[in-house]
Amino acid sequence: MRKAKGQSQGVMVNGRRLSFGERVARDFHHNWMLYLMLLPIVVYYLVFKFGPMFGLSIAFMDYKPAKGFLKSSWVGLKHFKNFFSDYYFGRLLRNTIRISVFSLLTFPAPIILALLLNELRSKWFSKWAQTITYIPHFISTVVICGMIVKLTSSTGGITAILHTLFGIEKETLLNRTEYFLPIYILSDLWQTIGWNSIIYLSALAGIDQELYDAAKVDGAGRFMQVIYITIPCLMPTIIIMLILKMGKIFDVGYEKIMLLYNPAIYGSADVINTYVYRKGLIDAQYSYSAAVGLFNCVVSFTLVTITNKLSKKASGSGLW
Amino acid sequence: MSAKGSVVVKHKMKQSLGSRIFDVCNVIFMLSLILVILIPLLHVVSASFSTPSSYVRHEGLMLHPVDFSLEAYKAVARNKNILTGYMNTIFIVVVGTTISIIFTLIAAYCLSRKNVMWSNILMMGIVFSMYFSGGMIPFYLVVKGVGLNNSIWALIIPSAISTYNLIIMRTAMVSVPDSLEESAKLDGANHWTILWKIMVPLVKPTIAVICLYYAVSNWNAWFNAMLFIRDKAGYPLQLVLREILIQNDASSMTAGADDYLISETIQFATIVVATLPILTIYPFIQKYFVKGVMIGAVKG
Repeated sequence: MRKAKGQSQGVMVNGRRLSFGERVARDFHHNWMLYLMLLPIVVYYLVFKFGPMFGLSIAFMDYKPAKGFLKSSWVGLKHFKNFFSDYYFGRLLRNTIRISVFSLLTFPAPIILALLLNELRSKWFSKWAQTITYIPHFISTVVICGMIVKLTSSTGGITAILHTLFGIEKETLLNRTEYFLPIYILSDLWQTIGWNSIIYLSALAGIDQELYDAAKVDGAGRFMQVIYITIPCLMPTIIIMLILKMGKIFDVGYEKIMLLYNPAIYGSADVINTYVYRKGLIDAQYSYSAAVGLFNCVVSFTLVTITNKLSKKASGSGLW
Repeated sequence: MSAKGSVVVKHKMKQSLGSRIFDVCNVIFMLSLILVILIPLLHVVSASFSTPSSYVRHEGLMLHPVDFSLEAYKAVARNKNILTGYMNTIFIVVVGTTISIIFTLIAAYCLSRKNVMWSNILMMGIVFSMYFSGGMIPFYLVVKGVGLNNSIWALIIPSAISTYNLIIMRTAMVSVPDSLEESAKLDGANHWTILWKIMVPLVKPTIAVICLYYAVSNWNAWFNAMLFIRDKAGYPLQLVLREILIQNDASSMTAGADDYLISETIQFATIVVATLPILTIYPFIQKYFVKGVMIGAVKG
């Protein structure tokens, strides 16, 4: 990379190769204004993005706000050991994995919706169906969760319907551990299915129509066309979306969980990030919760890297 | 589904039975999906316009108001918190989005220039920060350490640049032909002038999309506000809503003890009041959002 850069700037002057220092000086002479403009941006990234990364070192300290960052003592892996032997470790890991796996299971839903929308004969109807399915995306998380809480309360509309259909008890559903997961997953699906299908719809619109015409000539029916043309053409988009999803998988919408859960259902709803929040910001155990957060970060970063590697091997396309 | 029968169809107009059955099923599926999406929303609106007692007596989802009443809305209008929340949120959306756009434009412009020695390294750092972050606690300590605690700026500055939007903007700028920049340079324009006079008009569609992204994320944000804002007067709308809807604190709005029923419908009216502005402009801006998703997809 450095070589390519160097060439484009003309490393050779008067037949002599410029030293690194000379090249820096030259580059600064040409581009000082760009660097000046970038300065606030660099400061922003250093403070608010890399600052917290650097701050992760408190995970290896006994950080006390009164002592400050520099005077707190180093304790090595103590907090990690404590976390792995934490009474709640198993539960947190189980809940985090369970919620992520189930939300991963809804991954094909928007793809299927896009395929079905694409097959609608009436373009007018398809447009309307799209517009309506996008609506929930524009409602804020707090309002969505407010609606969920209201609708699944003991007097709520959804509770009443489930009572008539399946005869479940009329009670606040979010106070029962077994209902949290379905409520979380289904409401998420309700909110995101339409919006997440846009990307596939645009990929569908980009497929060369001649491929279909050729398939028709060969006698392929609609179903065959979907299997042999549409889905292979969608594959690159699907893979990219899958990797992106894998990257967020350990972040399981903790903002939403935090709005929905209560101590009665920690058993099925408490995930690593919500635990980090309670330990760190409610109980002020900064170092311990930073260690828990670091564990979460490392696991999710590893997951993206692995998925990226795998997809590069399997399909040749990846994020980087 | 079972479109196998259509294998033999030669003429476009003639549909096999299987294909037609699939079409009918597909339309029925779409109609049910539309209903599933709309009915909860309809329920919220209907409940907000009903009298509290008839709402409580009602079983299941409400498809229309029962005993039309504006009482809940009057209670919402009396609530000062919602008004201050609205004002704070509007401030955050307007000022925050402006700052975000300016910084994103500058960063994207500088990082999209060729022959800049350090731009690749800077870009790598920026992209890395998208996949690996310090997490909640160090972020909290940093923002506090910078002295933004309990300030409305804590909701604007730390989240000023979204790396994802920056990448979209940079991609748009890279695709602008070099010749325009070169000729401006010959006329003696510097980078600052080129950015605002030449680049910005050329990438207007992308700016519109990214503006919307920033505006919506500022409108919806509540978590940072929960972390950093202590005084109720500084609460943005979403945090006020959280108190009313999630923590069930509609008590401030009810006049007396026998009014406890009304808190039910007040919550629905609050949802309507907080969501209506977005949903009324939504049909007009929807196409920009859709475009935004596609721009993002190109980058991949």
